[in-house]
Amino acid sequence: MAGHMQTGEAGRIYVWEVPVRLTHWVNVFSIVVLSFTGYYIGNPYIQVSEREVFGSYFMGNMRFLHMLFAFIFVASLLLRTYWAFFGGNQWASWKALVPFITPEGRGKLRMMLEYYFFVRREPPTVLGHNALAGFTYGFIVLFYFIQTFTGFALYGQANPGGFWWTTTGWIFLFISNQMIRLIHHLLMWLIIAFALHHIYSAFLVDAEEANGLMSSIFSGWKFVCPNDKKSKDE
Amino acid sequence: MPLKNDSLAEILSQRGVSRRDFLKFCGAMAGVLALPQRYTTRIAEALQTAQRPPLVWLEYQDCAGNTESFLRASKPTAAEIVLDVLSVDYHETIMSAAGHQAEDALDETIAAHKGEYLVVVEGSIPTKDGGIYCTVGGYAAVDRLKQVAGGAAAIIAVGTCATYGGLPAAAPNPTGAASVSDIVKGVPIINLPGCPMNVQNLTAVIVHYLTFGAWPATDQFGRPLFAYGSRIHDDCERRAHFDAGQFVEDWGDEAHRKGWCLYKMGCKGPEAFHNCPIVRWNDGTSWPIGAGHGCVGCSEPYFWDSMSPFYERLPNVQLLGVEAEVDKIGAGIVGAVAGTFAIHGVISAARAKAQPIERHEVSAPEEE
Repeated sequence: MAGHMQTGEAGRIYVWEVPVRLTHWVNVFSIVVLSFTGYYIGNPYIQVSEREVFGSYFMGNMRFLHMLFAFIFVASLLLRTYWAFFGGNQWASWKALVPFITPEGRGKLRMMLEYYFFVRREPPTVLGHNALAGFTYGFIVLFYFIQTFTGFALYGQANPGGFWWTTTGWIFLFISNQMIRLIHHLLMWLIIAFALHHIYSAFLVDAEEANGLMSSIFSGWKFVCPNDKKSKDE
Repeated sequence: MPLKNDSLAEILSQRGVSRRDFLKFCGAMAGVLALPQRYTTRIAEALQTAQRPPLVWLEYQDCAGNTESFLRASKPTAAEIVLDVLSVDYHETIMSAAGHQAEDALDETIAAHKGEYLVVVEGSIPTKDGGIYCTVGGYAAVDRLKQVAGGAAAIIAVGTCATYGGLPAAAPNPTGAASVSDIVKGVPIINLPGCPMNVQNLTAVIVHYLTFGAWPATDQFGRPLFAYGSRIHDDCERRAHFDAGQFVEDWGDEAHRKGWCLYKMGCKGPEAFHNCPIVRWNDGTSWPIGAGHGCVGCSEPYFWDSMSPFYERLPNVQLLGVEAEVDKIGAGIVGAVAGTFAIHGVISAARAKAQPIERHEVSAPEEE
């Protein structure tokens, strides 16, 4: 026990670098705004009085916010994608999204699933994303991409012949306009469902692993016992 | 057969149409084609000297709605002029010949004017079982179309059926209905979808051809950009109500009487590209949204399947034989996930109590 005290500093590791944390929170904020404004655009459930000053351009403002945050969100995705391939540390790498390509990753996927299904008591200790989380984020990245593409395809329709129309409009040759909207709606719900799961799992693993996971997305630092560190993540 | 070298000027004088009306018409056409006003004179010059291109009008699986639209071509003098520039040699609905005489007229035209004549096609073409579901004069539509199209200068597919297969091609498409562009290759095809097409656009396409000797620029679906280059929603007279968030909630409610936006009633204006809000219908009298009904997106591919239900914003989703709205399904998924993790959380908490994880705890600092 005393030995742990002496190496206490060594058990604190800087895992999430600034771009990772920044893009995480920009994504959070953008997704909240995009979901709220997007739902309103699809189903304008808020009744505005024509006599209110803000009532003269209510939908217009909702759409403006939606498009503004769409661009902010895409900027965040671009930065995070760059960081996953160049410049990021080992925990920021794109490899975390495809844990199944290595036998070790497949083992960790199985261990994490066993933990979630109450077969295994302790979650496998990891410093970055756990294998199952990384695998899930792979789908989320795919959803983000589809959401961005369908969003720009719909956005481009306001200006046929423009940049977004030219780059995304070809999709309507293969998928109907209404189906693109349907996909855009459904993915919003799937991303919200993911967010619920994500927050719950973060709380759960934070409590069970006691590694400071929750504060790490603010500070970047995670805690790990030196004994664990050597065996599990190196 | 009409005389081939009758110019428009001669027809005009025969018809007693004033030059003023003619120039007004040319100005209107420049407007429809989104050309600067100075093109009015160029159009007038071109139409005055234009030779009459022979035209045959083929009609297959349809409701003759485009023929109706064609026959109602604008003001009695104006657009009739341009349609009269054409020498319509074959049109089942309006020609006086019938039976073999009619078919002979068609054969005569395509033989005498190979590579020069225009073909207008109305209606979809059945392809299943050798195309037997639509035959004219003993020929299957698909065979006759290929034969006639082979020597055409260009084909204008009018209406949604000829353009995309339309209503006959709606699921389950029992006759294997296909569009003109599915059948004919190697001939320029101009698509004028709509249910029916707007005759103003057909007239303008022909005016463009006679004036510039070329077909107008088209989009990815072969639709002329002057007519299908912007969304109905973006040109809609009710757009300000959309931007303000003022929507009709029910047919005949206060908002409906005030002419507010029909978005929540399932209007497909945001999904449809057509110049209806600008050109309107029946000599610019009105148009669907102007009359208080949402757009059904009839100028878009497979609108009967893809745009329905017409009074809902989004298509329903078929899931295990049950139809549901996508937002209800999405909210259901979110609820199921929340429920699953709530249960998981309770079990986890109980387990944490019953079976605590052994921690690598350190002693309190005072001890050292």
